[in-house]
Amino acid sequence: MQITVTVNGAEYTRDVEPRLLLVHFLRDELGLTGTHWGCDTSNCGVCVVLLDGLPAKSCTVLAVMADGHEVRTVEGLAGTDGSDGLDPVQRAFSDMHGLQCGFCTPGMLLTSRALLDRNPDPSEAEIREAISGQVCRCTGYENIVRAVRAAAERAGTVTS
Amino acid sequence: MTTHAADTTPMGFGSMRRKEDARFLRGKGRYLDDIVLPGMLHAAILRSPHAHARIVSVDTSAAEAHPKVTAVITGETLTGLGLAWMPTLSHDVQAVLATDKVRFQGQEVAFVVAEDRYAARDALALIEVEYEPLPAVVDATRALDPDAPVIRDDLHKTDNHIFDWEAGDAAATDEVFATADVVAECDLLYPRCHPAPMETCGSIASMDPVSGKLTVYTTTQAPHAHRTVYALVAGIPEHKIQVIAPDIGGGFGNKVGIYPGYVCAVVGSIVTGRPVKWVEDRSENLMSTSFARDYHMHGEIAATKDGTLLGVRVKVLADHGAFNNTAQPSKMPAGLFHVFSGSYDLKAAHCAVTGVYTDKCPGGVAYACSFRITEAVYLIERLVDVLARDQGWDPAELRMRNLVRPEQFPYRTALGWEYDSGNYPQTLRKALDLAGYAELRREQAERRARGELMGIGVSFFTEAVGAGPRKHMDILGLGMADGAELRVHPTGKAVLRLSCMTQGQGHQTTFAQIVAEELGISPDDIEVVQGDTDQTPFGLGTYGSRSTPVSGAATAMVARKVRERARIVASAMLEVAPSDLEFAKGRFHVKGDPAASATMAEIAMAAHSDLELPEGVEGHLDATCVYNPPNLTYPCGAYVCVVDVDPGTGQVAVRRFVAVDDCGVRINPMIVEGQIHGGLADGIGMALMEVLAFDADGNHLGASFMDYLLPTALECPSWELGETVTPSPHHPIGAKGVGESATVGSPPAVVNAVLDAIGVRDADMPLTPAQVWRSMQGRPLRTDVAVT
Repeated sequence: MQITVTVNGAEYTRDVEPRLLLVHFLRDELGLTGTHWGCDTSNCGVCVVLLDGLPAKSCTVLAVMADGHEVRTVEGLAGTDGSDGLDPVQRAFSDMHGLQCGFCTPGMLLTSRALLDRNPDPSEAEIREAISGQVCRCTGYENIVRAVRAAAERAGTVTS
Repeated sequence: MTTHAADTTPMGFGSMRRKEDARFLRGKGRYLDDIVLPGMLHAAILRSPHAHARIVSVDTSAAEAHPKVTAVITGETLTGLGLAWMPTLSHDVQAVLATDKVRFQGQEVAFVVAEDRYAARDALALIEVEYEPLPAVVDATRALDPDAPVIRDDLHKTDNHIFDWEAGDAAATDEVFATADVVAECDLLYPRCHPAPMETCGSIASMDPVSGKLTVYTTTQAPHAHRTVYALVAGIPEHKIQVIAPDIGGGFGNKVGIYPGYVCAVVGSIVTGRPVKWVEDRSENLMSTSFARDYHMHGEIAATKDGTLLGVRVKVLADHGAFNNTAQPSKMPAGLFHVFSGSYDLKAAHCAVTGVYTDKCPGGVAYACSFRITEAVYLIERLVDVLARDQGWDPAELRMRNLVRPEQFPYRTALGWEYDSGNYPQTLRKALDLAGYAELRREQAERRARGELMGIGVSFFTEAVGAGPRKHMDILGLGMADGAELRVHPTGKAVLRLSCMTQGQGHQTTFAQIVAEELGISPDDIEVVQGDTDQTPFGLGTYGSRSTPVSGAATAMVARKVRERARIVASAMLEVAPSDLEFAKGRFHVKGDPAASATMAEIAMAAHSDLELPEGVEGHLDATCVYNPPNLTYPCGAYVCVVDVDPGTGQVAVRRFVAVDDCGVRINPMIVEGQIHGGLADGIGMALMEVLAFDADGNHLGASFMDYLLPTALECPSWELGETVTPSPHHPIGAKGVGESATVGSPPAVVNAVLDAIGVRDADMPLTPAQVWRSMQGRPLRTDVAVT
């Protein structure tokens, strides 16, 4: 099937098998390997991307379902204007040591971005709720929560 | 309590942002599955649906006819190459692809190589295997029954016994028990669980048919050990093998071993002449790669009537699965389990461990266990609580009374270990104070009066990490030393090459900080190279919390060698004797004349210049080092967990968790705290959620993340950390290692808290709502087998 998907602001048209998963479309067809794969069952969330601005587990979305939609991956999080400027969430994850092995990080960053877009001042409980569909084996979540709070506290620099 | 990253880069130890973050934050990490080689093929493995069955026939003709399939490899193929079986890390063999029988559900039967990953999976369904099912050995406690089916007939065995092993003085221990006022005993299961890193295991093998060189990109925590094993298994000369560990998406011990898929990928590349990638899916990860624990323990603890602990003895039945492939020092079939006398000053202790085969996946040493110290700490910390409960003693006071005292270090335990340093009472006191222990007990009494179930659990652990002295510790004959190479470039920037391999621990930052501390070169100016066996010195890798104790020591020592070379160069530059120079803040200066000095960058340039050096002194500024640890290091910690239990559902909520760790000198406190946070979450997971259980037929009941439950941000509280610092006296920078401390120390604190809440003497992990509720009814479950 031919599909056209807007990924990080650019349109891509490809012929794909109907069964192709969005995560494999992004990784194998477009070479965007920042989106990871972890479990097949929608439990771990390392494959989270933003689909029309909302977090979606790309291992449970067929590429054809993304036809005509907008996808944002971790590669589109830092300044899409070509600058090296990091999103405040990215900067805060580094400042607060919210990442270790880095495998869950892209999904965590995107969920955090989406959370702050709809709730610029989330409580700790709201942050934990927002990332509760994603597993991190390294950080015990503490510093991820702190990072999202830190990013929120830098309000005014928040962009979407 | 909260440490933030420093705004500036410290010239040595201190919190700083990690150098590795830049690529991970941008999605520019390079993990195994991100690597695409020209002409690369994709592989998938057909696995056994049975736990125990004889293979009658394997028909691959339909799979081979698939237009996108390049090769189908079976046990028969491998038999022809002499590769159907591979040696394990524990003096056994493991089937690469099954030939005679399958011995656990999920065992590897056939390997398909195809043009893409979907086609490889499609072709699996085209392979027809006829099995003759056999009765399975699932319950380890029945494995030695006279009528138990024999699993390892390939070894001509007549039973499922692997080994008996003892440590400690049995007679002295029995004597202590015979004369003790009080004895408490308890059956304890540390259930089979799994490290489950977010990235599964995989590899890409690429055999160059012209040069004969094999390149293996693989998810390994021990690239050099893997290279040597490939050489020994496949007969490929070791200099023609390059193992490259790319970024690793978490390891926790899961990525120490060599799995059949790795070997098959090598064979696949040899057969097809193209690179072959194999990446397991999550079910394969949970069903067929290294599990952890599975220790059935009967423990006893003896004490005087006034609360002085005297001795501990334990009998262990160890379920090793279908092949004995535990990864620990070769002379120690139960790993370092015999540190189970823990943090207490005991007269005697003894253990007897029996290993058995069952029809389950091989493994046993994984998941941040420090070679089975998880099991040891769980044993002693549960026994102390059981004794306290039986006698009506306060569990914190009982611990405080019996801890090894500071003046007893170095302390030789009843089991022969020499603990290097610690101030255990100070560490426990700090944790109790941070938690507000007395106030918590008052609150608990009030809540109990209202019918609420609040529990307080304490644990104190002593870790033994940094394996290890090569005289005592080797893996497959390879002594557990690690190398480091440091080269300072002419402009004063440096490259450090290490044998260990980071999986998220932040080695690129921490090890640069060690060099910075020793030489006064900014960590930002030091490149840390790991993971590529052609680029790094030999060493056994990263597991058992050994990177900082061993490779960290090697780094400090190699930096000191470079510093002494720099001293000689500086003496030529400043025209004074080397002994007239002092080193401070990155420069050598003449004693009594601080103005006469040279920075490390100036010295580096001079070392590469036409400066005349003293006779016999080589130019350039570099050095190598192999560090053979004189002893293990012994981190410790005191943990306090507070839980609330819903009396109607048995649901546990962890309200607070206080952790005071002493890991000696902290190189990057921010990273140390992160390591502890992660281990504490592991403790919640193991204590409350995680188990690999099996039904009577050997069906795996935890083969996906829908069944194998991991803690999320909702199950974890906001961790409350504290620290004490007693440097290791024998480590060059006094650091002890911390990666596994919290995973080792936290499960008993959680279990002790839950059982304290519900007033139950003992019940096995995981304390799921069902297990808690059943325990409250006096009918605790056996958690490792299916509920019937």
